[in-house]
Amino acid sequence: MNHIAPGARAGIYHYDEIDRQFVAERVEQFRRQVERRLSGELTEEEFKPVRLMNGLYLQLHAYMLRIAVPYGVMSATQLRKLAAIGRKYDRGYGHFTTRQNLQYNWIKLEDTPAILHELAEVDMHALQTSGNCVRNVTTDPFVGAAKDEVVDGRVYAEILRQWTTMHPEFTYLPRKFKIAISGAESDRAAVRIHDVGLLARRNDKGEAGFSFYVGGGLGRSPFVGKLVREWVAQEDFVAYLEAILRVYNQYGRRDNIYKARIKILVHELGLEKFTQEVEEEFARLRGPKYRLDPEIVEGVRQHFAPPPFEELPDHSEALERAKAADPAFANWLEVNVAEHKAPGYAIATISLKPAGGIPGDATCDQMDLVADLAERHSFGELRVTHVQNLVLAHVKKDELYDLWKRLDEAGLGSANAGLIGDIIACPGLDYCALANARAIPLAQAISARFADPIRQRTIGELGIKISGCINACGHHHVGAIGILGVDKKGTEYYQITVGGDPTLTTAIGDILGPAVTETEAVDAIEAIVDVYLANRTGEGERFVDTLKRVGHAPFKERIYAAD
Amino acid sequence: MSAKDRSKEGSMKAITANRLRDGEVVFLGEGGRWVESFAEAALFQRAEADGVLAEAKAKAEREQSGVDIYAFEVVEQNGIPVPATMRERIRTAGPTVRLDLGKQAA
Repeated sequence: MNHIAPGARAGIYHYDEIDRQFVAERVEQFRRQVERRLSGELTEEEFKPVRLMNGLYLQLHAYMLRIAVPYGVMSATQLRKLAAIGRKYDRGYGHFTTRQNLQYNWIKLEDTPAILHELAEVDMHALQTSGNCVRNVTTDPFVGAAKDEVVDGRVYAEILRQWTTMHPEFTYLPRKFKIAISGAESDRAAVRIHDVGLLARRNDKGEAGFSFYVGGGLGRSPFVGKLVREWVAQEDFVAYLEAILRVYNQYGRRDNIYKARIKILVHELGLEKFTQEVEEEFARLRGPKYRLDPEIVEGVRQHFAPPPFEELPDHSEALERAKAADPAFANWLEVNVAEHKAPGYAIATISLKPAGGIPGDATCDQMDLVADLAERHSFGELRVTHVQNLVLAHVKKDELYDLWKRLDEAGLGSANAGLIGDIIACPGLDYCALANARAIPLAQAISARFADPIRQRTIGELGIKISGCINACGHHHVGAIGILGVDKKGTEYYQITVGGDPTLTTAIGDILGPAVTETEAVDAIEAIVDVYLANRTGEGERFVDTLKRVGHAPFKERIYAAD
Repeated sequence: MSAKDRSKEGSMKAITANRLRDGEVVFLGEGGRWVESFAEAALFQRAEADGVLAEAKAKAEREQSGVDIYAFEVVEQNGIPVPATMRERIRTAGPTVRLDLGKQAA
């Protein structure tokens, strides 16, 4: 294998020989499985679970291959490889997902072993992106750069990758299992909508550890994760998770797919009983075997050592001049750029949501450009966010204007991070075999309606999230405005929810009223925004806060008054 | 009898699959062969569709030709048979948000 060693970058975990050999063996294993399927030696019934374990789904138009981007972090070399694969084996683009992964939509089964082989050359794969296993662990896209960071989430996400990949108890769980880690005081990883959500916290002694939330999830039965333990020491991190997974493996339902997720177990057992079971299991497991050795942690941490930041003044004259000279850049700066822990640096979000565009899609040319820009401006690494955007985490303030100009020329300069144009949408019925309605056209229509960047700024923080079916890949339950596509006798309708929240104050939105048609939906969203603007106490009051204060009535009245 | 003529007789069904090797959407055509274009799909009366479907599934498994094989409803619009549901219309054409992709781009 032609190994390209993408690991020679700051902030990227580089495989050792064991990792490399394991991935290579899995590629060869799958190559033989595909050959046996194509020759008829394996039936589809036998082959389907095997292909799913390698991230290969069958969707409406073709096979879909979901590539793991471990904890959403990758190198420029890896992104270039994704672009090359998209050109060679797909249709020149890819789709970044709410699980911080990348999907190709037009894959051929017979090409898949070659694709996986090429991915392995850059330490990538499609493992743990499907099936009833512990899925690719997600984390804060600002990891290693955020000012409010308590611990580095990549370190623990990588430890989980190594711990779960070959773990015999976790290969056939009752259902898929999603873990998110936020190492910061803020929650930029939507941890409480995951099967297990971890928030880094310090105890009374100032020691860093994790709060464990369990049983969150969206889909048919949405639940906010419940606090099972306020603080778990870092050395007990693996033991406590193993205890949770063991309880789930023992009691989780395998007889009914709709009741198989851990959220249903937590709900049915009750938090008290569930916690008791976990604590008993934890007491049995706790000990030398499950103690997370600080040396191992330190070894992993070395992979994520800070890049060689220059000592810079925090104030940038070049930035100030550019800001004064170019209002469009100034707007992007205000909206898409966040504070960095190192003076003179900033965190830049690259929006994959141009007005009227397809959320999360990037052409292979755009991927190559972002890879180049990551090399030039961010130590050769980048992140994928669960909101379907990209992040360059370590950009010198002096270089932000150059970065934005290059992005803007390529259609990647939208200033809408966190605003109404920053819509999450699942692939919906345009691609997905499970969907009941299309999600993308509605996202396009809404973002086009609110294209004006000044109007978006005026509206402020307002997340719209759209799913094409109740499986909720578009996170509609936690959208400030959520939209769920439904099929009513062959016609697409859209059910609107309001008041969802994916942050520390996680909340599931409430249904506002009867579902509306696609055309009505865009007008309804605008009506909701108008009611919000008319009722808010000032520009500082967010949509969700106005909603809490005034209730649903004025919104309902405006939308459904004519009914 | 042509597909167009037969669809006029009432509720009709077509049979579809994804081709095993490359996932391409295909339809059961005349003579039991798989075709890529819906315009060439054979249409079946409801009563006969179940039998044809079972036969197509068995044959596809023997020949490793298609997967996820099922029948779907076809209706007539302006004298032309079209899939009854949005889902199947999208499968026969391609994504509505990327007219440059899928069968519609050919």
